[in-house]
Amino acid sequence: MSMELDVFVGNTTVLDQDVYQLWLDGHTVSDAVRIRMEAGALQECEANAEVLHSDTTDQFRTFQMCERLLQSPSKVANQLLFQIPPHRQTMLIERYYEFDSVFAREVLGKKLSKGTKKDLDDISSKTGIALKSCRRQFDNFKRVFKVVEELKGPLVENIQRHFLLSDVLARDYAAIVFFANSRFEAGKRKLQYLSFQDFAFCAGQLISYWTVGAVDNMMEDLDVDLEKDFLHDLKDLKVLVNDKDMLDQHKSLVCAQLRGKIKVFSEMEANFKNLSRALVNIASKLTHTKDFRDLFIDLVEKLIEPCRSDKWTIGDLRLFLKHYSSSVHMLEAFRHQVIWDRYMSVIKSCILKMYHD
Amino acid sequence: MPGRLKAKIVAGRHLPVMDRASDLTDAFVEVKFGNTTFKTDVYPKSLNPQWNSEWFKFEVDDEDLQDEPLQITVLDHDTYSANDAIGKVYIDIDPLLCSEAATVISGWLPIYDTIHGIRGEINVLVKVDLFNDLNRFRQSSCGVKFFCTTSIPRCYRAIMVHGFVEELVVNEDPEYQWIDRIRTPRASNEARQRLIFLMSGELQRKIGLKVLEMGGNAVVGYLQCFDLEGESGLVVRAIGTACTLEKISTFPATATHPNNSSPSKDMKEPGFGEEAPGVPLSSGPPTPLRAQTFSSFSPSKSYSRQSSSSDTELSLTPKTGMGSGGSAGKEAGPLKALLKQQTQSALEQREYPFFTLTIFPPGFLLHVGGVVSARSVKLLDRIHNPDEPETRDAWWEEIRQEIKSHAKALGCHAVVGYSESTSICEEVCILSASGTAAILSSRFMQDGPLDTEHRLSQQPLCVFSAGSERVEGDMGSSASLGFEEVVSPGCGFCHIPYDELNIPFPAQLTYCYCCRRYKVPDVLFTTIDLPTEANVTGKGCLIQARLCRTKKKAQGEGNAMAISNLLPFLEYELHTQLMNKLKLRGMNALFGLRIQISVGETMLLGLASATGVYLTALPSPGGIQIAGKTPSDITYEQHISNMQKKINDTITKNKEQYEINPPEVVEEIIGSPIPEPRQRSRLFRSHSESSDEVSEIDLSHGKKDAFVLEIDDTDAVEDIHALLTDSPTPAGFYSCNTEIMPGIQNWTSAIQMFTSVRVFRLNANLTNQGLNKIFSDLCENLLKSLYFKLRSMVPCCLCHLNFTVAIPEDELIQVAVTAVAMSFDKEQTLENGKRSGEKTLIKAITENDEQLQFNLELNAESSSPNPLGSPKAPSVDYSSFADRCSSWIEQLKLKAHTIRRGSVKTTSSMEKASPLPEGRSRSLRSNRSYSGSSVAVVKMTPLSFIPGAKIIKYLGIINMFFIRETSSLREEGGVSGFLHTFIAEVFAMVRAHVAALGGNAVVSYSMKECVFMENPNKNQAQCLINVSGDAVIFVRESELELTSVQPQSATTQTSNGGEGT
Repeated sequence: MSMELDVFVGNTTVLDQDVYQLWLDGHTVSDAVRIRMEAGALQECEANAEVLHSDTTDQFRTFQMCERLLQSPSKVANQLLFQIPPHRQTMLIERYYEFDSVFAREVLGKKLSKGTKKDLDDISSKTGIALKSCRRQFDNFKRVFKVVEELKGPLVENIQRHFLLSDVLARDYAAIVFFANSRFEAGKRKLQYLSFQDFAFCAGQLISYWTVGAVDNMMEDLDVDLEKDFLHDLKDLKVLVNDKDMLDQHKSLVCAQLRGKIKVFSEMEANFKNLSRALVNIASKLTHTKDFRDLFIDLVEKLIEPCRSDKWTIGDLRLFLKHYSSSVHMLEAFRHQVIWDRYMSVIKSCILKMYHD
Repeated sequence: MPGRLKAKIVAGRHLPVMDRASDLTDAFVEVKFGNTTFKTDVYPKSLNPQWNSEWFKFEVDDEDLQDEPLQITVLDHDTYSANDAIGKVYIDIDPLLCSEAATVISGWLPIYDTIHGIRGEINVLVKVDLFNDLNRFRQSSCGVKFFCTTSIPRCYRAIMVHGFVEELVVNEDPEYQWIDRIRTPRASNEARQRLIFLMSGELQRKIGLKVLEMGGNAVVGYLQCFDLEGESGLVVRAIGTACTLEKISTFPATATHPNNSSPSKDMKEPGFGEEAPGVPLSSGPPTPLRAQTFSSFSPSKSYSRQSSSSDTELSLTPKTGMGSGGSAGKEAGPLKALLKQQTQSALEQREYPFFTLTIFPPGFLLHVGGVVSARSVKLLDRIHNPDEPETRDAWWEEIRQEIKSHAKALGCHAVVGYSESTSICEEVCILSASGTAAILSSRFMQDGPLDTEHRLSQQPLCVFSAGSERVEGDMGSSASLGFEEVVSPGCGFCHIPYDELNIPFPAQLTYCYCCRRYKVPDVLFTTIDLPTEANVTGKGCLIQARLCRTKKKAQGEGNAMAISNLLPFLEYELHTQLMNKLKLRGMNALFGLRIQISVGETMLLGLASATGVYLTALPSPGGIQIAGKTPSDITYEQHISNMQKKINDTITKNKEQYEINPPEVVEEIIGSPIPEPRQRSRLFRSHSESSDEVSEIDLSHGKKDAFVLEIDDTDAVEDIHALLTDSPTPAGFYSCNTEIMPGIQNWTSAIQMFTSVRVFRLNANLTNQGLNKIFSDLCENLLKSLYFKLRSMVPCCLCHLNFTVAIPEDELIQVAVTAVAMSFDKEQTLENGKRSGEKTLIKAITENDEQLQFNLELNAESSSPNPLGSPKAPSVDYSSFADRCSSWIEQLKLKAHTIRRGSVKTTSSMEKASPLPEGRSRSLRSNRSYSGSSVAVVKMTPLSFIPGAKIIKYLGIINMFFIRETSSLREEGGVSGFLHTFIAEVFAMVRAHVAALGGNAVVSYSMKECVFMENPNKNQAQCLINVSGDAVIFVRESELELTSVQPQSATTQTSNGGEGT
């Protein structure tokens, strides 16, 4: 004796947000029923376990049927199968594309191809996120990447237009696409302390100031590619460390500004040349793909770690970077102020974001 | 050649990929009507083709226009092999044939394939040019309006109710033809879908012809059913009530000034005074003068009249609206002999004085006798000649005759709330018909004008119908009008129609608790909706009696006999259960009673659903007493007293829950012909002696008192347990199977229509009791699940809870429910306060257009549903977006609505925001399948109205039949996944067709058929669904208020003027 068939179809599709979350999290029906019972669902409407099970099964089935549509969100609004009020549509889409930052952190910088999918099992066991949920999140990344890869124009807007996501979520996706496209190294042990949000911030900075779209949002190439000319021009910054006079002058200018203002002044003074060399070298090597991919690891190894070992506070670092970059304006022999500012403003905010334990 | 059908294929979208190599489709469209086919060009390599075809024109007879659907087939062009069909769209063009309905069909319609379901959408335009047809012998009936609604449609008034129309057509079922062995399932399904389309068209046309013959212009309460008789064929049958309707115009000038110098004036005038029968009055004071006035009822004339003359005749009558004057109760009162004979003589001229209506214009329904029903068991045989469906006709004729005679036995001349149904298992078929015996006012059935006051003021002697009859001696001198006001409108229909000295069945009569003047029965069962004017104490609730009976497997005649023998017991027990459950809830009347008996190979299933209420006019029901058979045993007695206590507690609790606290009255039992108080059934049965019919049984519980339950065996104990296990509805919920729930008026606009289907697999070898328990639990659990699912709409009422049971195969029970959940505001006063607040708010907003827009945007973006604080729980939301923000947004004009739509996060607004040069967006465009416009919301409800809204136009009947089949059941999510998708697809197709007609809602929606068959071993399943309803345009009342203050005041003025003349 058993229930062979059990369906409920509303003219307006019935969607329970809490159950949707359980489905998105990759729970099985029986898990979800247990969780709902623990959350006190039985107190409502004199329900019993049977009722709850039937409701959960039915909701899960509904979501599964909607899933096909959610994979191309622009269809949700003009499909005829489910009558869903616009604000509910927005909720469905937004939630479907939301992801766990822990998961995103794991995937960051990896190739969004089939090979990585085999790693999903590992990620799942590492992060404790259900495999089903991992798969959905990964497929979302892949789908967004595939669509915007071929598009012209500003990345965030493209994502927003095609996936109807909120601004915040679209920016996060832009970061993921940017990382996947540029293949930044993010998986090294030394970078493990950085969260997804750290990287997303850096990606946002890079997209806003260094990419093709930053100067001209109607370029032929993908907006997320860095501007070649700019990278090339960065080589000119070498003069800052190669020209002995200029390096000394720069150092004295910075020291004059910082004296008495930071606790680690002596360490800074001793290390200035190394730090400056590191910053300029990173800049000058960005044209090489290999070095470019190592941008973050370089920043950590060459700047953040030395400062950290000297016990710089974040305030010290902020002051240093501020004066380090502004002092260059006083170097009369230096002619690449515009490039310098464009480079330093991004690097500065990235380093500051990344400078924590 | 009286019509030209034009169709234009505009575009397609979301088409499936038909060419795996390119991931694209080369689509073209075939447009077929009758035997003519047109084709569009092939639109290569696109999933969103833009055909923009020319107008395809079909020149056809209007007969064909009514019968045939327009068939649109979308195909994928293939150079080397046969073209692959993507799917089809059938368009019923009937709504375009009536001038008052839709004028064009235009919109996105789902492309449907019986194997794959919906596969994209197609945008079409369809129009019809009708030429005048002067041929009076024509076979078509274009222009007759059809309504599924079982009341007079909201924007019409009834000029005349002509009566019962029925028709059936039969054919061989393509699924069972020899050719089915060699053709594909798809071809077979499509043949079946098309055949049923054709048959319904033909049926509708034939019914229309009958209506025209009777002089009517519309059919209300149109009920069409299919009998899938398997080997023996396919029957499509329909019943309805022919009426002459007139649209209530918003510009009253047309209605109040009949500018027609009619040729039929001479026809109508004598209609009033002619054929005065001078009936010998059997009771009551002889009032020959008045008797004459009754004779106006002359249906024969309406039969003989040519259809062309009916129109002129209509407009001749001065109309001020039948709804005016609150004439509801004026005719109320016992008519007894005189009126009965008058109207009866008239009604007898009709073949069947049946009405499929369940809600009546005020003053139409005078008295209600009780439920009449008839069933017969038939053995199906092959229909040899489809053109002569005589056997089936004869079967129904028998049943109808029986119903008619039952009604007569109850002293009634008419049957209202009439419906017919069948249940088929192999070659056995149970035909059932039921209705409510009633006495009707002749006022809507005569040729004369309808308006009571008008008539009275002009011809004081020509008193309307019941008025004079009610004059009993001392009242003789008083003006009839004055007298009528004395009678309470809320109790008249309860007064017994039969002669109290000659009661057809034993019953306990008392004087009416409202008017104290006329006699009423102790309990009243009906199949109609609760009359709006009825006096009701407290609230109502859904009451169900459920029963299973095992039966031996048998063949042919033996099987039919076995079923025939079981039926009476089944009905008796259902009736007992209903009565007990009614008493348990402290109520005394049932409305909307529907008894469904389903037959399977090894069992019979009975389900009776009704809405119980406490009618103030009827006496308070007694409690339930339990009596033991073996009083010597002490523990046993204790057990009984425990149970008695439980029952008493339940009754008290129920009375509390349903707010039943009738005013205390002194009991005054009047002389009943049967002295001892007894409960007798109001179910009337077949008196026929034929072997295949139910034989007569006595439903009066023998010597037993119905209030007393004797516990003499385990069965009775079980019964009592069953009685007590019905779990009460959770707090905040009410349920009924009628249109509305008494005591709830302040509905919000949040409605949610739903269909739920469950199939339960039984074990073999269950006892009757075990089966009963399972069946009862199945229904109870289903209800519980519904309450839980809809918990966010609390406080809410599940209205029109319509259960259908079936036994799809041995050991399977299928229960399907379609209903609507409607939220209401608990506090009427609160609502009022809010409303006035809203109005001021709106005023403030509308002062500044820009500010308005800003506010709207804010509201749309913010997730808080209602700035004024709605009482709903936020977690689950069923109501549409508009609904959530409704309470004040509604107050705004349509214009405002469009503004809001634009401001909600949509694709269109974003498109504007991003300046993309045309040339560069090539790859972008291919990905952009959306057009930017979102889909219009279409509401669906099984009720005849939409709360808080006014229906301004009926666009035509929706009657759709779909078959879905799969041979990859597991891949589609098993049986549940398969059916879930299919039902969702059916809803989607109904909504799309309504939207294409220009409508925004379907009212009186019902799922007539849901036949589900599965073969899990073969990974196969098939399902047939038939749905129907009325496509309408509604406008929120609040919008009307704002936009049409001026015209409304004009209306009242003119209508006042009209009444004065």
